[in-house]
Amino acid sequence: MAAPCVEQPKGGFSFENCARNSRLEQLGLKKPTAYKTGTTIAGIVFKDGVVLGADTRATEDTVVADKNCAKIHYLSDNIYCCGAGTAADTEMTTQMISAELELHRLNTGRKPRVATANRLLKQMLFRYQGYIGAALVLGGVDVTGPNLYSIWPHGSTDKLPYVTMGSGSLAAMATFEDRFKPDMNREEAMKLVRDAIAAGIFNDLGSGSNVDLCVITKDKVEYIRPHEIANQKGVKQGSYRYRRGTTATLSSEVKKIELDVFGTEVKHQPMDTQ
Amino acid sequence: MAQLGQPLSDYQRPHQVHFSPYDFNGGTVLAIAGENYALIATDTRLSQGFSIHSRESPKTYSLSENTVLGCCGFHGDVLTLTKTLGARLQIFEKEHNKPMPTPSVAAMLSTILYYRRFFPYYTHNLVAGLDEEGKGCVYSFDPVGSYEREVYRAKGSASAMLQPLLDNQIGGKNQQGYVVQPMPLDRCIAVVKDVFTSAAERDIYTGDNILISVITKDGLKSEKFPLRKD
Repeated sequence: MAAPCVEQPKGGFSFENCARNSRLEQLGLKKPTAYKTGTTIAGIVFKDGVVLGADTRATEDTVVADKNCAKIHYLSDNIYCCGAGTAADTEMTTQMISAELELHRLNTGRKPRVATANRLLKQMLFRYQGYIGAALVLGGVDVTGPNLYSIWPHGSTDKLPYVTMGSGSLAAMATFEDRFKPDMNREEAMKLVRDAIAAGIFNDLGSGSNVDLCVITKDKVEYIRPHEIANQKGVKQGSYRYRRGTTATLSSEVKKIELDVFGTEVKHQPMDTQ
Repeated sequence: MAQLGQPLSDYQRPHQVHFSPYDFNGGTVLAIAGENYALIATDTRLSQGFSIHSRESPKTYSLSENTVLGCCGFHGDVLTLTKTLGARLQIFEKEHNKPMPTPSVAAMLSTILYYRRFFPYYTHNLVAGLDEEGKGCVYSFDPVGSYEREVYRAKGSASAMLQPLLDNQIGGKNQQGYVVQPMPLDRCIAVVKDVFTSAAERDIYTGDNILISVITKDGLKSEKFPLRKD
């Protein structure tokens, strides 16, 4: 058998198993499924900045895979990004763009702009023609003021004062359409985003658990996780501890370990402060 | 599969448009037979895809004084099946001047299901009640009428999560030196609440409330218990 060829990745995706996998699929093998974050994510612009919000449920088909996952990703000190869709894609895409923005900051010596992050993200997603399943809500405050974008997996973007994404986007948008008004104060804005995310949590089966918020203003970021534990875990009625010896064993044996015991002495040593 | 080098030609292939008469509306039912009682529990969520249709839709149907049916899967079929069963039981009662005994309800349900062998009712069924000796009995069915009497059984959306817990806690499975003995009702109810609480944590189609119905010789008593709402 040939030894596995471990090559250093050169960048970009590897497609080397494509032909093999499509053959296996023809033979009846089911492809493993990626985690999808059936999600509610949302953001609004308010007087001094933007508020981003997300639920914390990740699902694998109809089973909850993670009850408290973080969907608000860091891009730079003044820009954050909520992700919906394939969990790995949102995570990796934001990490990659975060690195690019940091290099950009070091090269230019300026704080990155939200418009820059938006363009980097949309160009990357467009390049992959929707196969990177990331639906994003991008928000931040830069030299031009607060900015908010929604970015679709195929690379189209919208710049809007209030946006929602994910399977719970309709529930969340309904809340925004009802109550959004321009130039809200910070408390109003946080309450509105919380209510929008909660609408997704309770009415969309793909969303659930807690509400995370991220409030970005000119010189401060508050990443609040969790902002609210919307669903308390159920309390158990009984106790389910097992009696010792419940687990079946084939055989057991107790052996004495022969030890040579040496004396040890612990000496005081002054700390090296040089 | 398209050959390499040739353009994809999905549009050139003939394609068939499918109509699916079935749907899945979630929901879980669970039944346990005790010494002198039978217990049947259900969650109250009715859903489709990622939407909740109802938070107050229990999937247990009381068929007579001492027989309860647990029925979930495709709600359209649930409605039709329960209607048919109700009618058949009414006819029986009028003809024989007594309600149909639980084991007979189970036998009749089996024939009703098998009658639709090649276009089945998409329903998971459980029948709980008291047998002719007054002992608790539970019958579980597959969608086409195969059935057997059991001591405890979970059916529906979260059945794969509930059944192993019941095997362990009620059947005493995988516990060395455990002696299976009849479980008192209060302990049984606590276990049922706990397994549903656990299932609601992980199954998106199980939640909102559970409705626990207990059948004894004194009749039917029901109790509601809250679950997660997300």
